Amino acid sequence: MNVVFLGASRGMGRALARLLAMRGDRLFLLGRDGEELERCAADLRARAGRDDVVVGQGACDLLDTASFAPALAAANDALGGIDAVVVTAGVFAVGDALHADLALTERMLQANFTGTILFCEHARTHLLPRSGQLVVFSSVAGDRGRKPIALYGASKAGLSHYLESIDHRFHAEGLRVLTVKPGFVRTGMTVGLPEPPFAGEPDGVARRVLAAMDAGKPVVYAPAMWALVMWVIRLLPRFVMRRVGF
Amino acid sequence: MPRVAGWGRQFVPGRERFSENLEAASADAHLLRGLGRSYGDSSLPAPGCPEVLTTTLADRILRFDDAGVLRAEAGLSLHTLNRLSLQRGFFVPVTPGTQFVTLGGMVASDVHGKHHHVAGTIGRHLRALRMRVADGRTLECSPTEHADLFWATVGGMGLTGAILEVELQMERTPSPWIYQEATRHPDLDSLMGALIEGSARWPMTVAWIDCLKRGPSMGRGILYVGRWAEPGEGPATPPRWTSGRIPVPFEAPDWALAPTNVRLFNFAYYHKQFRQKTAGIVSPEAFFYPLDIVDNWNLGYGRGGLTQHQAVVPREAGATGVRRILELLTEASAASFLCVLKDCGEEGEGMLSFPRPGISIAIDLPVRSGTPAVIARLNEAVLEVGGRIYLTKDQFTTPEHFRAMEPRLSAFLEVRRRWDPELRFRSAQSVRLFGDPPFGSGEFHP
Repeated sequence: MNVVFLGASRGMGRALARLLAMRGDRLFLLGRDGEELERCAADLRARAGRDDVVVGQGACDLLDTASFAPALAAANDALGGIDAVVVTAGVFAVGDALHADLALTERMLQANFTGTILFCEHARTHLLPRSGQLVVFSSVAGDRGRKPIALYGASKAGLSHYLESIDHRFHAEGLRVLTVKPGFVRTGMTVGLPEPPFAGEPDGVARRVLAAMDAGKPVVYAPAMWALVMWVIRLLPRFVMRRVGF
Repeated sequence: MPRVAGWGRQFVPGRERFSENLEAASADAHLLRGLGRSYGDSSLPAPGCPEVLTTTLADRILRFDDAGVLRAEAGLSLHTLNRLSLQRGFFVPVTPGTQFVTLGGMVASDVHGKHHHVAGTIGRHLRALRMRVADGRTLECSPTEHADLFWATVGGMGLTGAILEVELQMERTPSPWIYQEATRHPDLDSLMGALIEGSARWPMTVAWIDCLKRGPSMGRGILYVGRWAEPGEGPATPPRWTSGRIPVPFEAPDWALAPTNVRLFNFAYYHKQFRQKTAGIVSPEAFFYPLDIVDNWNLGYGRGGLTQHQAVVPREAGATGVRRILELLTEASAASFLCVLKDCGEEGEGMLSFPRPGISIAIDLPVRSGTPAVIARLNEAVLEVGGRIYLTKDQFTTPEHFRAMEPRLSAFLEVRRRWDPELRFRSAQSVRLFGDPPFGSGEFHP
């Protein structure tokens, strides 16, 4: 499978890219930092034991919409067609500090919502001719409005809504869309945050996402327990949500 | 208040900070830590320092070529490396008794293993290190470049700077299986004789001792010897990896380690070697890492946690030194499941590396109120025979004992001061043993 991967250098993206490379998929890596991409490519090649698992890398930044089209075009040329596009990149920020920092809020909303959706719109044009797969990491934070994650959750709610919509719109034309909803996962992004029950590890999330990709599922929660947790949270009445702190 | 501990579960105030980018994160770090398998306080923050930088998210392999040259970020775990490298016909040239360690931790401890008498420590197989030193520079060091820093870092317990990347020469293996022989020996003289004789003929040797047995059977145990199996000797399929399959979900009660229970365990373990000698093919995991199959086995030592006393008894002291340590253990009724002898070969070049020619004896001990006194008596016995202890395992040695058994310390501290004059890198252990001041304790006069 020919895969374009935006966000393979860290956390869950790194773990998923390793699984794809180690089973022999061919990857084209996109990201902001060329040196990081080089190290990421070296790691994937070493783990797979083959140089051709990473066919190239290119610059792409969710905050720079002009970078999307040339990055995807370069990936398409290098791979000879794209079977899957995986997006794990994004900006993570939570808490009251975010409400007080409008510049950071704007950057987060721009990257997680506008940037990701526009990137997916570009990716869709490459994927449709080959009945390809679009795999995008949203979050359980988008499933219900919650106190500590109002802004981050809003960006992910919008993203999840978009992903569901294009699944409805283009499924009959062959596009497969997988919305990944990770719960709390121990990565560099969540360091220092109070850890809730059912926290997951990047490797476990990656294995679950890969299984969902292969099965052609539209939505996957990871770790699996978060599907149940979020089902319960969605059922809670508003007066309860106003009182609880999660 | 957050707390952090080593494998022995002796907690101190502090927290772990994780980062996938060690180069950036190490800019203000005072100590780095890997998977936390050092038993004592060597990976714990010094008093007054709120955190330690954990490397485990920085685990990228940057190079692994056909000649077996591996370069990786310091947080790469040996567990991951073993799985990858064995598929490609390579194995790490020196491995400790657990694979849940990182490359950076292996270098900082200058780990040794069952093959020390032929392979030395990991330091012998290192090609280079990339480090961030105290003045903020990142630089490459090796046996030929900044050699003083390199050899002070090998076994230097993380006190010379932050290890960012490790480059080492892997060993080519003829197959992914181990040929092992196990023999039962009824007393210490027989066991030690077989260990020394076995080390002359086999690349890998280790002996387990029933350390609670008194009288003529004192020191009875089982000797394991091994080598990489030749192609065709083992199964055609590669070994399955089983580490962590059995969880220990909670702390064991204190009575679980009562001497009677340990005697029962040791009796059963000794007699599971039903025949005097057995031989066969085993997986590298079963041979090198028998304890790794149990996840969190340190919880089995109860709320008090555990420590390990590992010392090397110089060859010239012979069985007498080992016998003296066993006598002290039985006198103190210091129950232990794990007591291991290893034959050590030539001393490495690491300035504080543990092994020297002789017999290494490692004993796990549950931590109770009398444990520091037991360790002190063991250390006096080690001093009497001119031996030394392994810092990676240590929690309770006094600075007086340590300085008496480590004439190399002043030379190490001199190099360390050259690279880190203000002692930016400190640990709880360096404050306890090396005389480093705690952070925030006032003006420092190097």
